[in-house]
Amino acid sequence: MRENVWKSLSLLLVALCIALAGCSNDNKGSTSEGTTETSGAGGGDGEIKVGILHSLSGTMAISEVSVKEAEMMAIDEINAKGGVLGKKLVPVVEDGASDWPTFAEKARKLISEDKVATVFGGWTSASRKAMLPVFEELNGLLWYPVQYEGLEASPNIFYTGATTNQQIVPAVTWLLENRGKKFFLLGSDYVFPRTANKIIKEQLKAEGGELAGEEYTPLGHTDYATIISKIKAAKPDVVFNTLNGDSNVAFFKQLKDAGITAKDLTTLSVSVAEEEIRGIGVDVLEGHFAAWNYYQTTDTPANKTFVENYKKKYGADRVTADPIEAGYDAVYLWAAAVEKAGSVDVAKVKEAAKGLEWDAPEGKIKIDGDNQHIYKTVRIGEVQADGQFKELWNSGDPVKPDPYLKGYEWAGSLSSGN
Amino acid sequence: MHKRLMSPQRLWLLAGYTAAAVALFCAPLYLSDFRLNLLAKFLAFAIVALGLDLIWGYTGILSLGHGVFFGLGGYAMAMYLKLEASGGRLPDFMDWSGLTALPWFWKPFSSFGFAFAAGILLPALLALVLGYFTFRNRIRGVYFTILTQALVIITVTLFIGQQAYTGGTNGVTGYGKLFGQSLASPETKQTLYWVTVVALIAAYVLCRFLVKSRFGKVLRAIRDGENRVRFIGYNPAVYQMVAFSISAGLAGLAGMLFVLHVGIISPSMMGIVPSIEMVLWVAIGGRGTLVGAALGAILLNSAKSVFSESYPDAWLFFMGALFVIVVVFLPKGAAGLFGQFKWLRKGRTVHEDGDGVSYPAVR
Repeated sequence: MRENVWKSLSLLLVALCIALAGCSNDNKGSTSEGTTETSGAGGGDGEIKVGILHSLSGTMAISEVSVKEAEMMAIDEINAKGGVLGKKLVPVVEDGASDWPTFAEKARKLISEDKVATVFGGWTSASRKAMLPVFEELNGLLWYPVQYEGLEASPNIFYTGATTNQQIVPAVTWLLENRGKKFFLLGSDYVFPRTANKIIKEQLKAEGGELAGEEYTPLGHTDYATIISKIKAAKPDVVFNTLNGDSNVAFFKQLKDAGITAKDLTTLSVSVAEEEIRGIGVDVLEGHFAAWNYYQTTDTPANKTFVENYKKKYGADRVTADPIEAGYDAVYLWAAAVEKAGSVDVAKVKEAAKGLEWDAPEGKIKIDGDNQHIYKTVRIGEVQADGQFKELWNSGDPVKPDPYLKGYEWAGSLSSGN
Repeated sequence: MHKRLMSPQRLWLLAGYTAAAVALFCAPLYLSDFRLNLLAKFLAFAIVALGLDLIWGYTGILSLGHGVFFGLGGYAMAMYLKLEASGGRLPDFMDWSGLTALPWFWKPFSSFGFAFAAGILLPALLALVLGYFTFRNRIRGVYFTILTQALVIITVTLFIGQQAYTGGTNGVTGYGKLFGQSLASPETKQTLYWVTVVALIAAYVLCRFLVKSRFGKVLRAIRDGENRVRFIGYNPAVYQMVAFSISAGLAGLAGMLFVLHVGIISPSMMGIVPSIEMVLWVAIGGRGTLVGAALGAILLNSAKSVFSESYPDAWLFFMGALFVIVVVFLPKGAAGLFGQFKWLRKGRTVHEDGDGVSYPAVR
């Protein structure tokens, strides 16, 4: 008899769970319908809905949650100042769950069910490629905040992270001039490292560099003993590191265990920022290089308040990093474009965004009208003992984005057919 | 089983089927385009669940590699769509991966007929080959399951590594037309929904026919005592191979439908996690009952959508709780509920009637 009681109880619980979820969803659904009925796309009286779509679960959550927080902070700040067009921004948050088809599904939901005015989201190239057809099909607007491999310019996406000529290409040139000619390329086995290395190889050929080796490991790989012995044997001047995520922890720890420090071997990483340093440990990373457009230490008035506010909101132990800042910029750029356009209509916002300038924490940035990327300053930094970067070099002026590398003669074969 | 069913129960069953059919056929009336699209995706998943149930619930073979078969079907359809979208030019990812000409094995996929046939036959063939080497050598139980996991890892690594030929981690995406019709238009979406409903019903009828036939009896006999079947004079390996192959073909079919609904296929859809998820649908829905397996796929995926939309930060906890509740309190899955209703009515415990499963399938 006791078993029966348990069974009925569990049944009740399941039913309750489902009912609960159903109800909350219903409420949400009805309010959204209500507001959209009264005033069309973008939200109701006095509010504008915006979508936020990052991985809040799964392997990418560790990186993407911080970007989501920066975007929420920007929305809060804008709302505190009276919103956009006198309307409050209401974020609709969805979880991409580190799964690319889920990104496509949630993007579709945000545009066609919630009728958001724009979406801020994505991290991996794969998630962006999955969302791209959805945004083009439904004529939505996506702000993508992470540096990536270039060779793309969708009319429905604004890219607020760096493209290759704002991070990788200048970094290689700087290394060739300052650190040596012999490059060893190490990356995770997916699209960004493979495409980046293809570009680097062309550039090395053109600028007199030399390829000492090229290795890929699966995402999440943790045994670098073989690769470190290959590096030792090849004796490169520079290891250009496009590893992503946990692999960096293993690689740098084992590099140090093998007795190789930053003094013996130059490494430059393009996916290791302040957040990753926290995870990997300063002791193993001190002295290694990275290339970004923004560091927490970047000295601008806007950055001072940005870092201060971020720490106040999310904790003094938190750090800001390039993608976090790019996500924050995206919200402000969109808001400025909407103010200028006087509407949240996608075509009008895109038109208004052309040439738009803003004093971001990373310095002055400007939207390129042609490819919807951003003019950004390139910065090469060295990891310090406190886990922050010291800037060694910067490009001075913001660099014009060139996703197809059309301005580089040696890149001709890369961008053919586009 | 049916002989033992009392007529009121038969009525209930009939009512259930009618309700399900009405719900499916009227869905376009009460669901928005987006929701209809989601439901269509779930129905495609239900086809995978049916196939999995055929080999796990009825034959006792646990495959943790159905993501691969699903993915192969998906890629076959995606390759066709991609070639259509590229309109004679090289697909974009090949271009930026440095290929200058279309690889030979891509060429036949420009024909829909070939792509469709390949989407079902390729997975079925792969399963047949894998089955030939394992079942014939009497590799079964956990060892077979581990082999299927190995298949997943090999395939995913291969697809990620061959970026120029497969699109790498990004997978194949960015296509818009099927037979000259835009995949984005609501009419196409509705048609595709109907196609999926028909496919699901066909898959169900096929599985039910197989299960009720002599073939199905042998499958169940293999599940309950493989050696006895062998001693009686049957060759279990042949039955296992055929069942496994049909199951893989169904997964391939589902993969093709999935691509049409979602618009992307990537190695992440054939990885270990989705493969295990597919088994979960069957386990939660009710192993050894076809309706249970299909319902499990639909309900679990609906729950996933609803929870993740309502609580984007905490939905995984809800899913976890749901799994725990089902595993602890409904060992026979959601389909076991029907048994419980019987118990509620009659006021006494119903014993196994041989249809639900109450023994370990992995031995």
